[in-house]
Amino acid sequence: MKLMAKPTGTTTAPDRRTLSGIPIEPFYGPEHIQGLDIPPPGEFPYTRGIHRDMYRGRLWTMRQFSGFATPEETNRRYLYLLRQGQTGLSVAFDLPTLMGYDADHAASEGEVGKCGVSICSLQDMEILFRDIPLSDVTVSMTINSPAPVIWAMYLAVGEKQGVDWSRMSGTLQNDILKEYIAQKEYIYPPRPSMRLVTDVIEYSTQHVPRFNPISISGYHIREAGSTAVQELAFTLRDGIEYVDWALERGLPVDSFAPRLSFFFNSHNDFFEEIAKFRAARKIWAETMRDRYNTKDEKSWKLRTHAQTAGCSLTWQQPYNNIVRTTLQALAAVLGGTQSLHTNSLDEAYALPSEHAVTIALRTQQVMAYESGVPNAPDPLGGSYFIESLTAEVEKRAKDYIRRIDEMGGMIPAIERGFPQTEIANASYEYQHTIETGEQKIVGVNAFVEQNEDPIELLQIDASAQGHQLAKLAKLKAERDNQTVQTTLDALKRVAEGKENTMPYILDAVRAYATVGEICEAFRSVFGSYTETSVL
Amino acid sequence: MLNSSYMDRIRVLVAKPGLDGHDRGAKVIARALRDAGMEVIYTGLRQTPEMIVNAALQEDVQVIGLSILSGAHNAIVPRVMELLREKGMDDVLVMVGGIIPDEDAAELKKLGVAAVFQPGASLEEIVDFIRSSVKQTA
Repeated sequence: MKLMAKPTGTTTAPDRRTLSGIPIEPFYGPEHIQGLDIPPPGEFPYTRGIHRDMYRGRLWTMRQFSGFATPEETNRRYLYLLRQGQTGLSVAFDLPTLMGYDADHAASEGEVGKCGVSICSLQDMEILFRDIPLSDVTVSMTINSPAPVIWAMYLAVGEKQGVDWSRMSGTLQNDILKEYIAQKEYIYPPRPSMRLVTDVIEYSTQHVPRFNPISISGYHIREAGSTAVQELAFTLRDGIEYVDWALERGLPVDSFAPRLSFFFNSHNDFFEEIAKFRAARKIWAETMRDRYNTKDEKSWKLRTHAQTAGCSLTWQQPYNNIVRTTLQALAAVLGGTQSLHTNSLDEAYALPSEHAVTIALRTQQVMAYESGVPNAPDPLGGSYFIESLTAEVEKRAKDYIRRIDEMGGMIPAIERGFPQTEIANASYEYQHTIETGEQKIVGVNAFVEQNEDPIELLQIDASAQGHQLAKLAKLKAERDNQTVQTTLDALKRVAEGKENTMPYILDAVRAYATVGEICEAFRSVFGSYTETSVL
Repeated sequence: MLNSSYMDRIRVLVAKPGLDGHDRGAKVIARALRDAGMEVIYTGLRQTPEMIVNAALQEDVQVIGLSILSGAHNAIVPRVMELLREKGMDDVLVMVGGIIPDEDAAELKKLGVAAVFQPGASLEEIVDFIRSSVKQTA
């Protein structure tokens, strides 16, 4: 019985290839890197790292993505993680918050607090960061369509803590293009969404200069099933699109480019992942210097966070996931990441239990302090294999970037379904290799165990929703609803025009307008987006 | 007069209920079921139980596949089963795939869900299950 039609493009030749399909020679020698010019770390084009000393000067930030149920519970988890030695915070929001709905919206039923923390208003953000000084701790927030709203709340919490905005640092994901491509947490259509992204970038250059207003992401593109080459190409091309929009806004390129940040996946094919990080820095540096004529070397340096690949972790024999995560973390570190999240062993089951996330954090700490890996910047630099692979990944990624340029840019490419189709095909082909056994997954289609012991899981029940609903009802009854309405009306007016929306979002947020109310105000002006699905 | 190839093709609705936008699995399954000779309709994202059951009725499907990775299955699936009962669509086979803990899977089956596929389930398993479970109308 033929189960899956054999996708075109797969090979049955007995050669070795990376997960992206790059052929791997039987062995590599000096002839493979003849004539290659490899500048040291800290020198353009930063293939070997953006700093001369890399981890000798400062370790990567250990930044575990975290959030569940209520802000009260998540605050306790954050304090726990900081006590355990985590060096930066990263907020995971629940689906209602991500989609711009409050806990009391019909669409939120059953979803509150399940995939992340429920944040309905500034009150929830204040609770989230209780006892956490935003002057000293940097926070990354994984939020996209409602990014300006959540950022405004973050800034308002800083205000209430008495922290000057010029001292606040952190990162906002705020990368809407990859939502249309992969993660699908869009609310509004592309162009108004890009306007909001640019509002945040502009406002941050003027008022919160140490903040990273965007984290241009490949992680989700990869999780949706792309290859490493596609992940790299689509991410960098998204970056180019954001630069173009900021320039269109009239921002001088060196005023915002240094604060553009990135976020890549760290997946299974160990050496390909290392090559991907190195190629990323080279392509971006050359793009910023040559395509955009930037003068500030800070504009050339690609700074990135990395997360180990959630999609590679298994339900079967979950303790094997500790091993997968360790290898993937090592690839990211050898690849020169600035910041790292390691997944927990229970990834396929639930949000991380305290026990599982502690092991994930300890993985980074052992790597940092016991392995010796941080002692030599880009230790694989000069390797015949790594340098060949880096050059090949670079070449293939640039090819994709060129094709998207020819389509007129990333928005036209998205509109015609190009990246989505590439991803759908890559994920289908990959699944085929698992179905046939060509790609072995330990515990799943190889070395399978019949009876496995259950593991302890984090439980999130309906009480989180109940708690958030009660709090929200009380907030709405006690706040000055007249002021809230005035701010929302002003916001709608500004949304219809061309002014930067941030000051108006801040006004609304300070009046305790909710995430849902503000996003609905935008929705009433911008409309909603429905995608054309590509299988 | 319906021809035999139509009669042989099992009709499946693959749906993404709730707010969850993670559609990689749903899309791979939809495509694989098509390659296995079934008629597949993919609903796209952010469907309510009402939208799903209405689509199933309109498309006259024999199977509904629900893909849920968000943890909201205990709110969503019972609602779908209730609506199917209300509309007299009890003969539609309902399968759920995604992040469903064992205890919850057992509860869903008590509600009439025919199968729950957890991460790592093979496509062959899913196709075989559908083929052996669907009652073909004469």
